[in-house]
Amino acid sequence: MGQLDSNEPVVEAIAVDVLSAWCQHIQITGVDWKVLPGEYWVIGGPHGSGKTDLLMVAAGLHLPAAGSLKIFGRELARASEAQLLQQRTRIGFVFKGGGRMFNELTVAENVALALCYHRNRNMEQVQEDVNAALEITELTGLARETAQRLGSDWQQRVGLARALALKPEVLFLDEPAAGLAASHSQWWQNFLAQLSGRKVTVITATNDFARWHGKGHRYALIKDKRWQVLGEQAEYPQIE
Amino acid sequence: MSKTLSATGLAEERTRRSVYHAYSNYTEGKLIGFIEDIHGLGSLLLITAGIAVTKFNTARTVIHPLVRQQLTRAGLRLLPMVAFLAFALGMVVIGQTVLILNRYGAQNFLGTVMVTVVVRELGPIFAALLVLARAGTANVIELGTARALGEVEALEALGIDPIHYLVVPRVIGMALSIFALTLYLILFALLSGYLFAFVEGVPLLPGDYFRQLAGALIWQDFILLILKTMSFGIFIAIVTCFEGLARPMRLEDVSRASTSAVGKCVVGVVLLDAVFIIVYLFA
Repeated sequence: MGQLDSNEPVVEAIAVDVLSAWCQHIQITGVDWKVLPGEYWVIGGPHGSGKTDLLMVAAGLHLPAAGSLKIFGRELARASEAQLLQQRTRIGFVFKGGGRMFNELTVAENVALALCYHRNRNMEQVQEDVNAALEITELTGLARETAQRLGSDWQQRVGLARALALKPEVLFLDEPAAGLAASHSQWWQNFLAQLSGRKVTVITATNDFARWHGKGHRYALIKDKRWQVLGEQAEYPQIE
Repeated sequence: MSKTLSATGLAEERTRRSVYHAYSNYTEGKLIGFIEDIHGLGSLLLITAGIAVTKFNTARTVIHPLVRQQLTRAGLRLLPMVAFLAFALGMVVIGQTVLILNRYGAQNFLGTVMVTVVVRELGPIFAALLVLARAGTANVIELGTARALGEVEALEALGIDPIHYLVVPRVIGMALSIFALTLYLILFALLSGYLFAFVEGVPLLPGDYFRQLAGALIWQDFILLILKTMSFGIFIAIVTCFEGLARPMRLEDVSRASTSAVGKCVVGVVLLDAVFIIVYLFA
């Protein structure tokens, strides 16, 4: 698939319903959403409102229950498994609560895994890219540590380095700063602002809207199973 | 009085019906579950075979070390246990058989009995059950935990096919491991069996013993031994991967998935063995 022009949405949802991955009931109905290249979206919603499920669907990891979803201009429901896997190399995803590390691997191996797999290279051959990803996330000193031995603050950051290793065009982040120390939380916000400045599309979910005030370009809210796009510098409703 | 009796009869009838319905629902549920499992296992087997062929050269630097890791885990590390088991098997089964045959002057049947019992039946079954116990259960626990912790979705998010990364190496590793372990088990068992007979003073020269064994083997034994052990390995790997990966899982579900996988594998291996017995009869 070729590169998109700057006006073609990277994600386009029309009347999408999102299922809960666990309970198989509808979490969010009627999502109409268009994400343009380079935008920085902040999506707010209370715990259990379906933010994770929405990000999973928007990243092409789960199918929507209804509606039309296009990622990089391709209808998700019509894409083959091979196309989906290829498409995912253009998308980074940082999971919440420790980033879902591969616990038996070291930090460097976690970051290198996707590079080795997609380029059919061994660890030494991708070392340069791994070092670059570790350096920008300030993880160089922890490269040889096993992921499971790190605290959740740092695990979350390994998740970011792993997602950035493939140089994605779109980065999804599921509550990246939730439960982190204030210094780490600040680091994430600064880093994402810089990343957005480098034309990477950033989409982050949070249940603490106030903390992300003024950080993003566009804002949306999930409340009572409804999707609502807010203004660019909207007054943020209080999230329960 | 008659009203009371009829009321009692009605209550009994209702109880009988509700028991019948409960039993019927239970049987129906089990049957549907069984059909779903067969469908799921068949699908996973076909998808795995397809991916193993089409992605044979994809990500060799990642997948080949994983295959070697599985060979070490399900094969090499089990060698001491296989040697111990083979020694015990040789002592208990073969040694005793040699003694009995010798007592009745039927030493000429020794080769046939050994080939039938050890080469065709006990060797493959023992190796398969040993791999199931040591590596198969570990498979379910590892994959179930990975599923529960969301690592499978993390792989998908990185564009890595979970079946290629998690299932294919395990299937290849287990199939080759059970084949190799069976060969070692048969060899050790036949040797230790002769050793036992020798210690017991059975008048049977090593040359005669191995000549009888070689005479009882037919060419189909080699082909069917390969097919049988490979199919045991593939079956155990597919069932354990299916139980670990196929459904959304919480950490507390992992132990249930492990016991379920072990039960299914034991039944499946015995049924497969029965199929091969039929093949032997026709061969």
